Amino acid sequence: MIVGLDMGGTHVDACLIDRGNIVEQAKTPTDRSDLFGSIWETLNSLLSGKDISSIEHINLSTTVSTNAIVEEKTAPVGMIIESGPGMEHSFLSCGQENIFISGYIDHRGREIKAIIPEEIGESVSRFRRKDIKACAVVTKFSIRNPMHEIKIRDMLKDEFYPVTMGHALSGKLNFPRRVFTSYLNSAIYQVFGEFCESFKQALEKEKISVPVNVLKADGGTISMNAAQQYPVFTILSGPAASLMGACAFDPGDKDAVFLDIGGTTTDISFAADGIPLFEPYGISIGHFKTLVRAIYSVSIGLGGDSAVSVEKGEIKIGPRREGFPMALGGPMPTPSDAMIVLGLLNFGQKDRAISAVKNIGEQLGVDAKTAAQAIYEKMGEIIKQKVDNLLADINSRPVYTVKELLYGKRLKPEYVSIIGGPARAMAPVLERKFNLPCRVPENYEVANAVGAALAKITAEITLLADTAAGVLSVPEIGMYERIDRNFTLDMARQKALELLKQRASILGAEGSKIESEITEESSFNMVRGFYTSGKNIRIRAQVKPGLQYELRGGNYA
Amino acid sequence: MLKAKNRLGLVFFPAFDWAISPTHPEREERLLYTQDQVFEEGIADVEGIKFINPGLATEKDVQRVHFCVPDVTSRVTESHLISAGGAIKAAEALMEKEVDKAFAIVRPPGHHAQRVVFGDRGFCIINIEAVMLENIRQRYGHRRISIVDTDCHHGDGTQDIYWNDRDTLYISFHQDGRTLYPGTGFIDEFGGPAAMGYNINIPLPPETGEEGFLYVLDNLVMPILEEYKPDIIINSAGQDNHYTDPITNMNFTAQGYAKLNHRLNPDIAVLEGGYSIEGALPYVNLGIILAMAGLDYSHVKEPDYDPGKLKQSPRTTEYIKKLCETIYQRWRKKEDIAREALKTLNGRGYMARIRNIYYDTDGIMEEQTQKFKICPRCSGLNTIHSRSDRGYEIFAVSIPRDACPDCIDEGYKAYKETPKGKYFRIYLQDRVNDAYMSQ
Repeated sequence: MIVGLDMGGTHVDACLIDRGNIVEQAKTPTDRSDLFGSIWETLNSLLSGKDISSIEHINLSTTVSTNAIVEEKTAPVGMIIESGPGMEHSFLSCGQENIFISGYIDHRGREIKAIIPEEIGESVSRFRRKDIKACAVVTKFSIRNPMHEIKIRDMLKDEFYPVTMGHALSGKLNFPRRVFTSYLNSAIYQVFGEFCESFKQALEKEKISVPVNVLKADGGTISMNAAQQYPVFTILSGPAASLMGACAFDPGDKDAVFLDIGGTTTDISFAADGIPLFEPYGISIGHFKTLVRAIYSVSIGLGGDSAVSVEKGEIKIGPRREGFPMALGGPMPTPSDAMIVLGLLNFGQKDRAISAVKNIGEQLGVDAKTAAQAIYEKMGEIIKQKVDNLLADINSRPVYTVKELLYGKRLKPEYVSIIGGPARAMAPVLERKFNLPCRVPENYEVANAVGAALAKITAEITLLADTAAGVLSVPEIGMYERIDRNFTLDMARQKALELLKQRASILGAEGSKIESEITEESSFNMVRGFYTSGKNIRIRAQVKPGLQYELRGGNYA
Repeated sequence: MLKAKNRLGLVFFPAFDWAISPTHPEREERLLYTQDQVFEEGIADVEGIKFINPGLATEKDVQRVHFCVPDVTSRVTESHLISAGGAIKAAEALMEKEVDKAFAIVRPPGHHAQRVVFGDRGFCIINIEAVMLENIRQRYGHRRISIVDTDCHHGDGTQDIYWNDRDTLYISFHQDGRTLYPGTGFIDEFGGPAAMGYNINIPLPPETGEEGFLYVLDNLVMPILEEYKPDIIINSAGQDNHYTDPITNMNFTAQGYAKLNHRLNPDIAVLEGGYSIEGALPYVNLGIILAMAGLDYSHVKEPDYDPGKLKQSPRTTEYIKKLCETIYQRWRKKEDIAREALKTLNGRGYMARIRNIYYDTDGIMEEQTQKFKICPRCSGLNTIHSRSDRGYEIFAVSIPRDACPDCIDEGYKAYKETPKGKYFRIYLQDRVNDAYMSQ
């Protein structure tokens, strides 16, 4: 059995899954002052009377990291940043102390200018003066050569903890994001660590001895121990959990739109060939853009409780929520009121819903029923329009080869999967607007917990082999070593897949279950003068994203 | 995050799967390190900078500018249509006011491609700036344009295309044609009879550095532009004046390119040549991007940048000052020079331009005679007789955008009445009605 736990802003949801069947569910309100207590209460209620010896592992999606960042309850961080030539760097000052040092590594990973140890010494004393314990070291092009970051880490590690190194977080090129991601990792290290320790101790006390994995924003997991090293990967895992749940209810290999329609917002995501679509670089949190791999999700201010008004003879819905629907005593008419009038939803006091919608109708010069229908249609239209705009953006993402430009994949959804309170009520209008089948999974209330439960360990690595320089680098594991001039693309593929397996095992995956794949590869002839001097080989490999199991049984409405 | 002062559209298309040949300078690797630098700097995250995919230029876009022999399809690959299509997308974003400025970092380049195209010369088959410019003139109406070409090689293709068009002022800075391909671009190449003075060449001595380039810009180019008052300035942003370029002999720098771009303040820039793919392109392109976006570029420097070593000799400085003075005086006296030139025609109704054109990339030699009619009401009909050493002989008639009714009629007549048997192909390009035909 697998336990899935998703801690959201208002509720903690949990489920127990046995070979693809949901056997138990639990839900408790979130106590923001005691996140750990809320989780523990939910887990207890889920597992009461169950045979805990048959639990294989616990997958946990938590808002601990997210809340710490959003509420600014983070530790002070000392940043050492080597920015080299390029953009003016002052906008990178994100720590409580920021030291810009003068070394420099170029785009091929060559050391142009060494680090000056005195500058690091000076940084140390400045951190001491401010009583800073957590640090991060980030150098431009460190993913091409991590040696400066490693050297500086070695100089700091006896006195500071943690010392996050930029290259270890992502193999993607983007220095500002690397700086911000490293900062966040160090800033939330302590608060996330404390949470993990309490959780582990509580399990120990209950004599539950099973692996615990933590959900990441990309819809995969890593072991709790790995997450303690890299807590930044656990930010914003909630929408990923819901989407993975929606995928579990509705597995397939098609392009699809996923909608999570709530009271205040609607979250929009997509699947390409059945696999959730990722953000191109990484997710944003607060004012930080990061390199944290994440499922693409866009939130719009439109939900069942959005305020409805009439402006210049047109119905306007959202983006604000002013309170409950009027059927529940709220202040403004809402789409939920309209759907109550139309008989699509059934809660609260219908007469109040009717008078709410009637008021809108009077402004439009129509009766209540017509107004309700118009609001309902409008809500469908807004969602359709937004999805179309997002699709246009996605389908015009930059490409860099003739082949991709002419024949590249275009996302073309074949169905819409909807979860959330008004999901079933909205399905008919969305089906008409999209002219696509709209599906509502039966147990969508626990999609988030199911998604957490069924998520699997994921990892990716980036390999760059420069045979002219005779160097191979894999930043995510800090590898930087010599290679032969005869190193080939095929050897690079083999090596990448091997290293990925090793990495996934370290992150908590069972060796036999790792399914890996190469997602990007290229090999450039390097020519200097009139002769080929080597090859520049670039490979990205990942554990195939997806679920451990598909759900069985009748989970469709 | 950073916010750009000017909204900048960036068409960045490195064509990682296309090369002229595996070891050719125009190969897959050319923009690899530029991409690395642009990505690592986080340019895509700067608020106000927008990446735009190229489109494909159409056959019709190419026919507004060129006579491809025998036709567009057989001369031009998808990669060329994408490169020109990238420039068009950049200009379109500007014209639609989605951005304040646009930069197309695309390959292959185009400024050696002339009106007649038998093949590839100087790594160019179609002139991407001209294809872009005629596309936007067709769609958005006529504009007065200046193209400032900062590639190290003379843009003989752009010169040829706009030779007789006074609404397109072409200014080229380049290494003196006596010392570098294509061997043209002297100050007396001054434009056709209807546009004399509107083709300005600035042949610079080898080892011209930052000081020289910026002197030319401040003391010659900017004053001319102030007088000409173009609606749009296009920078043909070749990057081979750089001190590390393997096929040229200049001493320009990334800082210099950024400053030049900042002061020139072009609306559109289009990458042309530049083959120092590691030592120059990553830094020069970054410098231009930042300058166009209105961001601080003062930290953009090459790893081995040493202003002392790159200092220009006083002799070079002196030479450039005199050269600028001469060229500026010619610009001021362009009407007189045109009058003198017309007198030498001795009453002939046209001015001829006879040239041999070498296609270095494809090894083709072309003999060509262009005739520009002297017309008091318009730029005048013009015709091209051309023959390549592969044995193809063609006749092309071009009716300019501002043609008068007589010149239009005369153009169609020439196209219809030229005996078919004599030529491999006969072409008509009618820019008034945006029509093109061949037989």
